[in-house]
Amino acid sequence: MAESGQLLPDPKGVRRLIRIDTVTKRYPDGTVAVDRLSLEIPDRSITVLVGPSGCGKTTTLRMINRMVEPSEGSILLDGVDIREQPVNSLRRSMGYVIQNAGLFQHRTIVDNIATVPRLLGWSRSKSRARAMELMERVGLDSALAKRYPYQLSGGQQQRVGVARALAADPPVLLMDEPFSAVDPVVRKGLQDELLRIQDELGKTIVFVTHDIDEAIKLGTTVAVLRTGGRLAQYAPPAELLTAPADAFVEDFLGTDRGIRRLSFFGTEGLELKRAPIVTVDTTAEEVAARTDVDDDVPYLLVTDRDGRPLGWSEPAALAAGPVDVARLLPHGRPFRHGGESLRAALDCAVLSPTGWAVAVDGTGRAVGVVSQQAIGEAIRTAHAERTTGAAGDDGSTGGGALGDADAATGAEVAG
Amino acid sequence: MNVLHFVNAFFSDSAHWHGYDGIPTRLIQHIRYCLIALVLAAAIGLPVGLVTGHYGRGGNALAFIATAGRALPSFGLLVLMTIMVGFGLVPVMVPLVVLAVPPILVTSYESVRSVDPSPVDAARGMGMQESRILFQVELPVALPLILSGLRSGAIQIVSTATIAAYVGIGGLGRYVIDGLYQRDYEKVVGGATLVAALALATLAVFWAVARCTVSPGVRRSG
Amino acid sequence: MSGFFDLPSDLQHSWLGLIGLHLREALLPVLAGLLVSLPIAQLCVRFRWLYAPVLGLTTVLYAIPSLAFFVVLIDYTGQTELTVMIPLAVYSLVVLVPAIVDGVRSVPQETLAAATAMGFGPVRRYVQVQLPIAVPAIIAGLRVATVSSISLVSVGMLIGNQGALGNLLNDANIYHRPELAVNSVVTTAALAILADAALVLVRRLLTPWMPHGTRRRAPAEAADAAEAGPEPAVPALEDTVR
Repeated sequence: MAESGQLLPDPKGVRRLIRIDTVTKRYPDGTVAVDRLSLEIPDRSITVLVGPSGCGKTTTLRMINRMVEPSEGSILLDGVDIREQPVNSLRRSMGYVIQNAGLFQHRTIVDNIATVPRLLGWSRSKSRARAMELMERVGLDSALAKRYPYQLSGGQQQRVGVARALAADPPVLLMDEPFSAVDPVVRKGLQDELLRIQDELGKTIVFVTHDIDEAIKLGTTVAVLRTGGRLAQYAPPAELLTAPADAFVEDFLGTDRGIRRLSFFGTEGLELKRAPIVTVDTTAEEVAARTDVDDDVPYLLVTDRDGRPLGWSEPAALAAGPVDVARLLPHGRPFRHGGESLRAALDCAVLSPTGWAVAVDGTGRAVGVVSQQAIGEAIRTAHAERTTGAAGDDGSTGGGALGDADAATGAEVAG
Repeated sequence: MNVLHFVNAFFSDSAHWHGYDGIPTRLIQHIRYCLIALVLAAAIGLPVGLVTGHYGRGGNALAFIATAGRALPSFGLLVLMTIMVGFGLVPVMVPLVVLAVPPILVTSYESVRSVDPSPVDAARGMGMQESRILFQVELPVALPLILSGLRSGAIQIVSTATIAAYVGIGGLGRYVIDGLYQRDYEKVVGGATLVAALALATLAVFWAVARCTVSPGVRRSG
Repeated sequence: MSGFFDLPSDLQHSWLGLIGLHLREALLPVLAGLLVSLPIAQLCVRFRWLYAPVLGLTTVLYAIPSLAFFVVLIDYTGQTELTVMIPLAVYSLVVLVPAIVDGVRSVPQETLAAATAMGFGPVRRYVQVQLPIAVPAIIAGLRVATVSSISLVSVGMLIGNQGALGNLLNDANIYHRPELAVNSVVTTAALAILADAALVLVRRLLTPWMPHGTRRRAPAEAADAAEAGPEPAVPALEDTVR
């Protein structure tokens, strides 16, 4: 067994695993918050605890850094019982993010972030330098460093909360409904940012939420807890959507499971048609003289000179004279080929006035168009593959790939 | 019978500006009593209030002590202490301290107890010791209220220290008591004006202290 | 040896008589203070700029030592009860005005909007919505004002035995009967505590909607209760306003 206290050095070299072993939490008044819960939390991935209120998810999280002591059972960190080291050094080795960020209103942003390094005895200048580094990492303008928390928006405060938790580079990050108090748009940005940061840093994250969509979006694995603190299902999100363990999980997942599951299928395999794409300066003669006409495509997609989509037009209208951009049919939101999921592609096709979805590359240039029928084919194929190949699927690849894609969206939005 | 006339007469009489019964002497005596009483009251009220506030327990006991402290009549206590202990500083300090402890105790308890629990939770989760949480997280946020409790205690001490002259002690109360017995209203009004001015000066001092010690992050968000 | 309740005849009152006198001299000023504070506070709520100067003025008046205040008033009202009661009423303002202002301001905007939307006029809204919700804060102010008023009446002894129970202190000195001073202090303190308890009772009766008992759970146990929403804020005013 490893020595206790070996926590901080080089997280990359250590295989870290939190093992929750038949833990029960019973309060003096007799309520059982957590009931014989066992979970193995894998290293360098996001494990989400999700469930209705009163399911003990927060209690479970708080037992990991001993904010709550279990009544029975034990929690092992890298094979060592967490009770074997002083509670404060344990907590300093775990980042902790809570709902309203819990910033210290009397300290500037940079000093808030530098809290744990200061607790660990780093010098003031070193701590501040580290804090500035983290502000950049979580996407905060360095001009905010000398501000006080009240001068920041809710989303910015939450970013500070994340930066503060990461300041001492802890291998473990505990997040207790960190994004629940912000509006949906900001929340999406924060989620994307978290996935991007996780991609760079590879922390072992335990994340508590009551929002199943957030759990499915962020989780490498998701633990669904039911009221009374019992584990209902522990599985990767795709598996959760495909095969809910029981009626409770199915009900908690809500409707549209089939559609939501499409989020885990990539669009790489979609067969795109390039022929119906014309640039805006194509002359009427050229349109009329086209030889590679595809009779299946009733519309042509007009792009600008750089290849970015402008809108749909009937071939006849284009052949009749110069393109009037204002009169083109809107092309709707395009999806990123290979980057976004089949769900996004299907959504684009359904919303497109022509019934065809526009695929773009990472820089926004149109790379092809695809019909609802073709997407339907791809869904059937993907389902068939997933069913036959389910044994080899560890779930983390699907979530990971999607995570990258969403992170890229986040970066674009931020930029 | 004009109050302002008395004030003017009192302060323009040069005899009032030096000697054993002069304004500077009386003022310094008064300030000295007040400072001693305030320091004693703070030494009792602050630690108890802060620690109970941090743990959020014992509020009912504190409320009872505070009510009892307020209920004891200062003047009665002064006379009683003098009868029991004799003349001197001690019988004067007891009522003044009893007077100032309740506001200090109650506000320090309430201010720490009502600090937003989420930063405290975050601090604990980051591995801060309880003493650090109290002094580095809760105290800076609670400071404006704590100062207001001290200010309230200080003002009451400044005003009430006047009656200490009844048991033969110095301070600005001498003018009021002596004036009362000598039917010298000029003296009474002059003394009262000085006490009121000292109270206002106390307000100003606390305002300045708050200005210097309270973090701008707390001041503007609070 | 005279008994504890055997009062010298120069007081012209029995022990119970002194208690009645003391309560009258202490409580009437607080009542007057409350009646004056209500409109002043309402003005301060309506016109925000008024609050700071009003607070400043009451603080200055509060800073005048009670004894000096009494002595100055003798010229106008003589050595009477009124001379004691006027300063006490003025002192009560410094506690009551901010208490009422904070209490009325603590009524949530949504509640006010809802009341307006249901067709409450301004007066009705004030009497039926704002004032009841402000009751806990107002009573908290009344408690401080009442207790300090009961304590201060004793000083009236110095201006020709107008201090009710405080007059016992003078006799304790004159007749060398320390038990009279003890009687004065203990009785006054008991009156103050009883008056305070009575006001707590009044608050309980007026605000059956307020939760009793502990207001903050132990940190560890509050874990999953975070979603349960905050309890109604009980203004922690006490002495903060002075």
